[in-house]
Amino acid sequence: MFHSLGKYILLLRLSFRKPEKFSVYWAEVMREMVSVGVGSLGIISIISVFIGAATTIQVAFQLSSPLVPRSIAGSIARDSTILEFSPTISSLVLAGRVGSSMASQIGTMRVTEQIDALEIMGVNAPGYLISPKIIAGVTMFPILVIASIALGIFGGWLACVLSGDVSPADYLSGVHEGFEGLTIRVAIVKAIVFGFIITSICAYQGFYTNGGALEVGQSATKGVVYSCVMVLFADLVITRVML
Amino acid sequence: MIEIKGITKTFGDNEVLRGISAKFKPGKNNLIIGGSGSGKTTLLKCIVGLHEPTKGDVIFDGENFTEMNFEQRVPIRTHIGMLFQNSALFDSMTVEENIMFPLNLFTNRTHAEKLDRANFCLERVNLKGKNKLYPSELSGGMKKRVGIARAISMQPKYLFVDEPNSGLDPKTSILIDELINELTEEYQITTVIVTHDMNSVMGIGDHIIFLHQGKKWWEGTKDEIAHTDNKELNDFVFASKFMRAAKARL
Repeated sequence: MFHSLGKYILLLRLSFRKPEKFSVYWAEVMREMVSVGVGSLGIISIISVFIGAATTIQVAFQLSSPLVPRSIAGSIARDSTILEFSPTISSLVLAGRVGSSMASQIGTMRVTEQIDALEIMGVNAPGYLISPKIIAGVTMFPILVIASIALGIFGGWLACVLSGDVSPADYLSGVHEGFEGLTIRVAIVKAIVFGFIITSICAYQGFYTNGGALEVGQSATKGVVYSCVMVLFADLVITRVML
Repeated sequence: MIEIKGITKTFGDNEVLRGISAKFKPGKNNLIIGGSGSGKTTLLKCIVGLHEPTKGDVIFDGENFTEMNFEQRVPIRTHIGMLFQNSALFDSMTVEENIMFPLNLFTNRTHAEKLDRANFCLERVNLKGKNKLYPSELSGGMKKRVGIARAISMQPKYLFVDEPNSGLDPKTSILIDELINELTEEYQITTVIVTHDMNSVMGIGDHIIFLHQGKKWWEGTKDEIAHTDNKELNDFVFASKFMRAAKARL
């Protein structure tokens, strides 16, 4: 385990060496940002709307007491979405979509000698392949999480309109009541940390792939599993430290 | 010129290379031959720095490559071209982008100049007009030729070729060999080729090293190889009936 941790840290150090040519790396960063950001927007939108809607309906169901104001459903759905569902669930889904793709892409490049070809040319392969992915992860995950929060809250409102469990006016009033900016800051910190964890761990697994197609698949699986576990661990630590 | 001195490489307890020394001259096709598992590819990877030798030195025109760190190696690496066994073209890039990739990173040429160079290299390997194709759209022989075009795009002083004929039909194999030979002579490149293809050995083998059990077992030219009395080399070169018949006719 310590051996792997050491290799991971050394790989990260190599990844952030001075680039051979900034313009080539910048183009690669832009390409990765489009792939991570725009490419993931569809799946993030779908899960956010459904999770927001389901959360609102469940909260309304559990708090169906005349003593509890109906607007509380909006407040609880908002805080759950901002603090947990949007950053964490979105990141777990992104680990599957973005992380597995990164690990298998880099792993395939390793087993087909494309990484060797880069090294022969004198290119810092970790820098060229990994740093743009990490930069794309830490910049695009927060944007995706903010979009996810907005869509989650919209999903809750849609559930109110369609189900009638809570009136849309009560829901919106609950969303506004007692809002604290800290929750957004926590969500953004989580998104940045999760973005780093997922991209770096999956890239590490891909970079040290040995063998053939079977091992590429195993690297992708390991990358997703390890990054999901680390995301959940980091979620706990950030929540404990910031709240 | 490339000189290797006492190259030894071990993986755990397995000693793959045992003190190999040789000199590879410019303008010559230097062939490293040997059976499967004899250490040919490991030796090539030690020379280009993909593996670090356990012992020994690799010297490029008087500069000890083995003692250099990553940054110090970059100027030498920009003079190295390599053709991999499976071509190792970048899947996400077109043929043209593959060839222009090292030019983008290591030169300050304008886009038009880089494009000119890419077109020249493509023309040189008889693939004019294939600029916009992706590697997945190319045949094995075309991939090899694009690999050669990429390898020569930076006008290398040293060209390394790993199994250039693997997976190719005999006619395409000969075309690839002839192309490597022409480029080596034309640009006076120090070319090191790892192969076990006997047509290549007899066709372009200016200088041949035979590896056996991780050691340099024999060294000579294509003319000398036919008359050697080295048992292991004879067993390797004349393993097929066709080659034995050819030897009998000599």
